[in-house]
Amino acid sequence: MTRITDIGPPHYEKFLHPLIKRNYGHWLYHETLAPGVLCHVAESGERIYTVRAGSPRLLSVSTIRRFADLADQYSGGYLRFTSRHNIEFLLDNPANIEPLKRALNEAGFPVGGTNNSISNVVHTQGWIHCHSAATDASGIVKALMDRLHPHFTREDLPAKLRVAVACCVNMCGAVHCSDIAILGIHRKPPQIRHDTLRKACEIPTLIASCPTGAIRPAVVDGKRTVDVIEEQCMYCSNCFTVCAAMQMNDPENDGLSIWVGGKVSNARSEPKFSKLAIPFLPNNPPRWPEVVSAVANIVDVYARHARRFERLGEWTERVGWPRFFELTGIPFTRYHIDDFRYAGLSYARSTHMRLRP
Amino acid sequence: MPEDQPKPTPLLDELETGPWPSFVTEIKRAAENNPASADLLGLLERSYQDRKGHWKHGGIVGVRGYGSGVIGRYNDIPDEFPNVAQFHTLRVNHPSGWFYTSDALRTLADIWERHGSGLTNLHGATGDIILLGARTDQLEATFQDLTAAGFDLGGSGSAMRTPSCCVGQARCEWACFDTMKFCNNLTQAYQDEMHRPPFPYKFKVKASGCPNDCVAAIARADLSIIGIWKDDIRQDDAAVAEYAAAGLDIARDVCARCPGQCMEWTGAHLTIDNRDCKRCMHCINVMPKALRPGVERGAAILIGAKAPIVQGALLSSVLVPFVPEAEIEATVRELLARIWEFWDEYGKNRERIGELIQRVGMAAFLDGIGLEPRPEMVAFPRDNPFVFFQKEDTK
Ligand code: HEM
Ligand code: HEM
Ligand code: HEM
Ligand code: HEM
Ligand code: SF4
Ligand code: SF4
Ligand code: SF4
Ligand code: SF4
Repeated sequence: MTRITDIGPPHYEKFLHPLIKRNYGHWLYHETLAPGVLCHVAESGERIYTVRAGSPRLLSVSTIRRFADLADQYSGGYLRFTSRHNIEFLLDNPANIEPLKRALNEAGFPVGGTNNSISNVVHTQGWIHCHSAATDASGIVKALMDRLHPHFTREDLPAKLRVAVACCVNMCGAVHCSDIAILGIHRKPPQIRHDTLRKACEIPTLIASCPTGAIRPAVVDGKRTVDVIEEQCMYCSNCFTVCAAMQMNDPENDGLSIWVGGKVSNARSEPKFSKLAIPFLPNNPPRWPEVVSAVANIVDVYARHARRFERLGEWTERVGWPRFFELTGIPFTRYHIDDFRYAGLSYARSTHMRLRP
Repeated sequence: MPEDQPKPTPLLDELETGPWPSFVTEIKRAAENNPASADLLGLLERSYQDRKGHWKHGGIVGVRGYGSGVIGRYNDIPDEFPNVAQFHTLRVNHPSGWFYTSDALRTLADIWERHGSGLTNLHGATGDIILLGARTDQLEATFQDLTAAGFDLGGSGSAMRTPSCCVGQARCEWACFDTMKFCNNLTQAYQDEMHRPPFPYKFKVKASGCPNDCVAAIARADLSIIGIWKDDIRQDDAAVAEYAAAGLDIARDVCARCPGQCMEWTGAHLTIDNRDCKRCMHCINVMPKALRPGVERGAAILIGAKAPIVQGALLSSVLVPFVPEAEIEATVRELLARIWEFWDEYGKNRERIGELIQRVGMAAFLDGIGLEPRPEMVAFPRDNPFVFFQKEDTK
């Protein structure tokens, strides 16, 4: 048999619902029938119904088969996934909506995630698979969504609220532009195992791996090894990627930071980066209570104070950051003031201030 | 036999309670007939106890003839967890728009049950189907089964990464171009660049059909293609009146939120001064039955987004303000050729294109790829007085 290569993915047309194929590019409008249930109406008058449910992203083959069975039973075998790890069933028969919702709820997959809700949490690998991880991702998402899931199944927030978790500064996923981002951080340079380094690693490769040039050759106890210029290290783990003798993981000093007010969409205001809200919280598995309550507090304050259709970052821009810190009770510290390149652009350069007596 | 008993996992068991679907339950389901997943559970419990990860990078792994698509992973206590001593991930290129049939999903599930852990991510953050955890000796066999079923690997490392796109015209009335066709064509055109890493670093292309940007192209793609329209928003006055009658406060929730300050609601009639519309989508999002993007459609092309490593995070910025729908694919391919040539010549190892542009300046980059400067490219003209004039502009 000849070996097949470079065929690329299967063509999507093979997987499109016939109703979608017929109306491709000819949609007129859509309505939200209930949280998690959309109805798209085509120019032809035909309607496709979408039922969206949350998934943990990490799925076993048996659950995948269960989704396939549900699709066969209710949506003619047609389904898709969203960029936020939700699963969507595409139905041409509205009579199947309620039975499918019941079946999904019974199987433990909540229906929702549309419009002004908290949709699924974009997240990364964490301790499940990645060597850079300062924390786990799936566990934090699970603990957080156990608390916040009413905002997934109901559209009860002023606007969309997008949450993401990344387990290190590499930020696989657009964590840096989320309404609320949870970011795993290392806080200390690698601990160097001088005794094993020479055997385990190639020193020139190791030196070259550091993006900031913080690693220098050194001799310790007569052995060739390296040292790290501590002020230059940004805790990125690249050195650990190439050399297991550069230990990054540190249970006491690794932890989480919380960032708020970013957005991706161009609706109303321009896309923006998330800004630092809480510089450090401890790594506390299995349920990360400090992180969960910090995030829940921010969501509550936002929900109470923002105007309709105002994303979290739009609200903070309107009322000002001092008010954000006041209302959430989060202390403002030296770490909130940028000291990287062009930091000055983030300093307040006017006397516009909302002072309170 | 005692060694067949699953090791207790009290910390992870805690995460099987509560209303949100549990990844721990998923791992346990896979572990029922898969020793690798059983060991993954044990290793993860250890991470929860120790509060640190137990994975490391390792030697080269992959499939024959490809330099990407597989992420090598080894654990640092293999004696205790031998079934995940090697636990490599395959990135499998998803179909554009993440559409499947039940049979396609079953095919993937069967292949992965045969060769790997039985655990997946649907999907990874770049869009790929992630097959999580295989031994080195299973990689080639998995690959061959995948290609026989019509699937192929995605990109990793310093390669063109798997392009992804929003649902677009398959199910969204706002899509200003056919994102799925574009994404699929692009993926097919650059198989070599995806599978045999040729670049200084990774390169990502993402396509969203409108400025809502559901795949976050502006935040995560080196080249972001975002649908936009040129002419007037299409307006259905009867449907506007319906929204008002249904209780929508059009003055407060639509007009006052318009960043173009170009909408007026008299209480009976909505007018939009389309010359000042910023194409932000807000009014359309709020009244999808009444308002639609115009008919002169196309896309904006933006360049340079990246996560914070190494020089700080960047959002993509405007490179080409508007390309008509019919010319998007050809324009993008021409641009890619020029951009990659410039990157190849001037980029340092592990320097993303956005960082290179920061280093040499947008003006030099435009010269390099042969594009004219346009006012749409900047938020405002420079405000620092240190202008370095080109030799040919002085006497
Ligand atoms: C330049 C900074 C980055 C570095 C050094 C980096 C590094 C890595 C590493 C080492 C992995 C392997 C994780 C594992 O499976 O064990 C990984 C996974 C991944 N990365 Fe990144 N990454 C970076 C930025 C990004 C960004 C910005 C994105 C997305 C826009 C991204 C998307 C992914 C995806 C999709 C995966 C697969 C695992 C997942 O879905 O979580 N990466 N990355
Ligand atoms: C021995 C051969 C190597 C193989 C097969 C290999 C393979 C990989 C793969 C597949 C990833 C995942 C990258 C991603 O998709 O984001 C990765 C990540 C990474 N590797 Fe390696 N690697 C090797 C050696 C190296 C070396 C020599 C360096 C540094 C000099 C290095 C530095 C990194 C870094 C920093 C990442 C993070 C992600 C990224 O750059 O995209 N690796 N490696
Ligand atoms: C206010 C801003 C936004 C509005 C009004 C909006 C509106 C919508 C609407 C109406 C849909 C349904 C489209 C369809 O499938 O027919 C949708 C889908 C979606 N949106 Fe947004 N969106 C916004 C921002 C975002 C952002 C910032 C993200 C992610 C970072 C996002 C991620 C998604 C995802 C993942 C889907 C499902 C997309 C798909 O089917 O591929 N949205 N959005
Ligand atoms: C493009 C850059 C700039 C140029 C070429 C420029 C040039 C000048 C000149 C020629 C004067 C008159 C000096 C004199 O009276 O002898 C002046 C005055 C002044 N400039 Fe600038 N300037 C620049 C930027 C700025 C900026 C950015 C600021 C402050 C944010 C600034 C603040 C002032 C002030 C406060 C005065 C004194 C005005 C007064 O006495 O009424 N200038 N500038
Ligand atoms: S964010 Fe960091 S730790 Fe998490 S998967 Fe990506 S590279 Fe690994
Ligand atoms: S963690 Fe990153 S910055 Fe620090 S020494 Fe290692 S490679 Fe360099
Ligand atoms: S990006 Fe725009 S066109 Fe694409 S799915 Fe989202 S709202 Fe629709
Ligand atoms: S799309 Fe945005 S800028 Fe244009 S009229 Fe509507 S709200 Fe205003």
